[in-house]
Amino acid sequence: MATASGRGRRAGDAVVAPPAGSGPGASATGPACPVPLPEGERVLLAHGGGGRLTRELVERLFVPAFRNPALSALNDAALVGPVLGRLAVTTDAFVVQPLFFPGGDIGTLAVTGTVNDLAMAGARPLWLTLGFVLEEGLPLADLERVVGSIARTAAAAGVAVIAGDTKVVERGRGDGLFITSAGVGVVAAPRLVAPSEVLPGDAVLVSGPVGQHGIAVLAVREGLAFSRPIVSDCASVVAPVHALLDAGITVHCLRDPTRGGLATVLNEIAVQARCEIAVHERQVPVSDEVAGACEVLGLDPLYVACEGRFVAFVAPGDADRALALLRARRDTAGAARIGTVRAAGGTAGLVTLTTAIGGQRVLDLLSGEQLPRIC
Amino acid sequence: MRYLDEYRDGQAAQRYAEALRAIVTRPWTLMEVCGGQTHAILRYGIDELLPPGLTLIHGPGCPVCVTPVAALDRAVALARRAGVVLASFGDMLRVPGSAADLLHARAAGADVRIVYSPLDAVALAEREPEREVVFFAVGFETTAPANAMAVRLASRKGLENFSLLAAQRRVPPALDAILASPDCRVQAFLAAGHVCAVMGIAEYVALAARRRVPVVVTGFEPLDLLQGVAMAARQLEEGRGEVEIPYSRAVRPGGNPAARAAMDEVFEPCDGEWRGLGVIPDGALRLRPRYAAFDAARRFPDEGGERPAPRDGDCLAGLVLQGRLRPPDCPAFGGRCTPEHPVGAPMVSAEGACAAYYRYRPRPAAAVAAVGAP
Repeated sequence: MATASGRGRRAGDAVVAPPAGSGPGASATGPACPVPLPEGERVLLAHGGGGRLTRELVERLFVPAFRNPALSALNDAALVGPVLGRLAVTTDAFVVQPLFFPGGDIGTLAVTGTVNDLAMAGARPLWLTLGFVLEEGLPLADLERVVGSIARTAAAAGVAVIAGDTKVVERGRGDGLFITSAGVGVVAAPRLVAPSEVLPGDAVLVSGPVGQHGIAVLAVREGLAFSRPIVSDCASVVAPVHALLDAGITVHCLRDPTRGGLATVLNEIAVQARCEIAVHERQVPVSDEVAGACEVLGLDPLYVACEGRFVAFVAPGDADRALALLRARRDTAGAARIGTVRAAGGTAGLVTLTTAIGGQRVLDLLSGEQLPRIC
Repeated sequence: MRYLDEYRDGQAAQRYAEALRAIVTRPWTLMEVCGGQTHAILRYGIDELLPPGLTLIHGPGCPVCVTPVAALDRAVALARRAGVVLASFGDMLRVPGSAADLLHARAAGADVRIVYSPLDAVALAEREPEREVVFFAVGFETTAPANAMAVRLASRKGLENFSLLAAQRRVPPALDAILASPDCRVQAFLAAGHVCAVMGIAEYVALAARRRVPVVVTGFEPLDLLQGVAMAARQLEEGRGEVEIPYSRAVRPGGNPAARAAMDEVFEPCDGEWRGLGVIPDGALRLRPRYAAFDAARRFPDEGGERPAPRDGDCLAGLVLQGRLRPPDCPAFGGRCTPEHPVGAPMVSAEGACAAYYRYRPRPAAAVAAVGAP
């Protein structure tokens, strides 16, 4: 709900179309240092009003941070392309509280969340658009910090922020800052990467220890202190995903275990692929810090969100090679093979878990929020 | 992880399972008292390791499950009252009262806030002096000391806007009531380690002597439970009925004197209703007269009178809580009653027996399919 002028400030119009698949990032000179906005200032309703302050925000903050020809033209729509290949398109909204957490912030998350969704379709991310809903009173320094994170994360992931919009809502009508995004990528994989491609026998890999993002955010939100601070895993997974695809690994399906964590995405895929997935609890990587925090809070790490991990369903013959490749990379050194896809008789949609002591149980979808237990 | 992985060792678990097969010569029925134990049993598949004939039935030790409908209705009524903040542990929000739960009350505008500790509720009262903060105090002897500390702290700070909706329950009288039931099947108890860590074992020693029933105080890890089952089975085989504490890394016979002192200062036993079990003599705690100023029931006497609990149709939660029915045998289980739309309280909390079965055990194909595509 915008209280500012209905007409948002869009920026765009590509003068130079970037070559398809090249993932245009920042300009050759890297993100430029913007003229700082006045110190100690806060977001005012007028920043979204379309007038001078809006222009100042766009010209001094957004354009220099995201500098690229498509954005700098400041037209109502960005022109990009042409692109060869199928396009992948995704959209997302970011409402994380607190805005800043160990290992990232809402800006990092807006970029990684969007590009990771594109990567899960086997696409190479090309462009992002971002909508900012600012709450009146947000320190401009916070906004600058978030925009800086976006610029750095986008450059690292090889995407350009080509269009954006800013709205300001009255104090008390927002939560500091919300960001919405859209992402476009081009599909590079030679074959479809989707749940429909999952086959019995496929190996299920996870790219690293699970649950770090959720616990990192929860710890800040609830003021919980651990002897070693838990840092969010928030990161782009574009590079490791494409390392797998470029190496010719037969990847049938990819999914990032964000909300609801690993257990939830396994259940989604088991239903969509009409198969059974058998997982070994002992083989699921969980860091000692996260395991300890989950014990204290009564949470199950298998249901805690990750923001920089992915689950890969890989043809059995390629599983060892895929795992070796991931483990050799720094960002996926903690990858593990956690289970296998089975043909489903009457058990389509079922995820089963071999427990730590060798028992068998169902790994079900979560009902409602994971709540801390009380005794 | 140290201090946990040792108690989840698969090979040690298999050794216990073998030892149990050697101990057990005839069928026995054991009740694990606490929902945390039930949860661990199903989560790790411990029951699958037991010899045939050795049956675990699930006790009423889930605070969310046994909190009476009248207490929930009172909490909902208080939450809806202008100027009142109802602070509660998260689990309680989804437990159905007679007409509504706290989650729906909150969605409709009631000020309900989740806290992790009763001390957070005291801090809330300090921070928002213009509002009345009511803490919904549920739980067993495990949570009572912290609730007592909150009342003492509020008293020391002179807070006039903090009160407790006391719905705490005492475990030993409920175990006695279960044994007294004419169709009782329970032959031994796995008592809840954390309750005994606070209270010690005196009440259990009396219970074991009076009813000639083995009571083994166990923890919540797989090996704790297997060891507890083995010790209880051995007592049954040998005709003994006494209290044993394998969970000695947490439980001392005298309990935690500081916690007990705080509890005794602030609370006194009273008769109380357990959802599913009925009114149990001395089965609850209330504030002592000197702390009456912190009693939400006295501060807001007009909110939520005692009403007869409505019948939950075909939900047989009462029988489940008494250990007389396995959750999947309830006609409502998995159909009308699911964690998303709970009919009975044991389906709400992860520690509730119905929720544990729903979550960890395969359901009929129809129920799986009903989960559907996301």
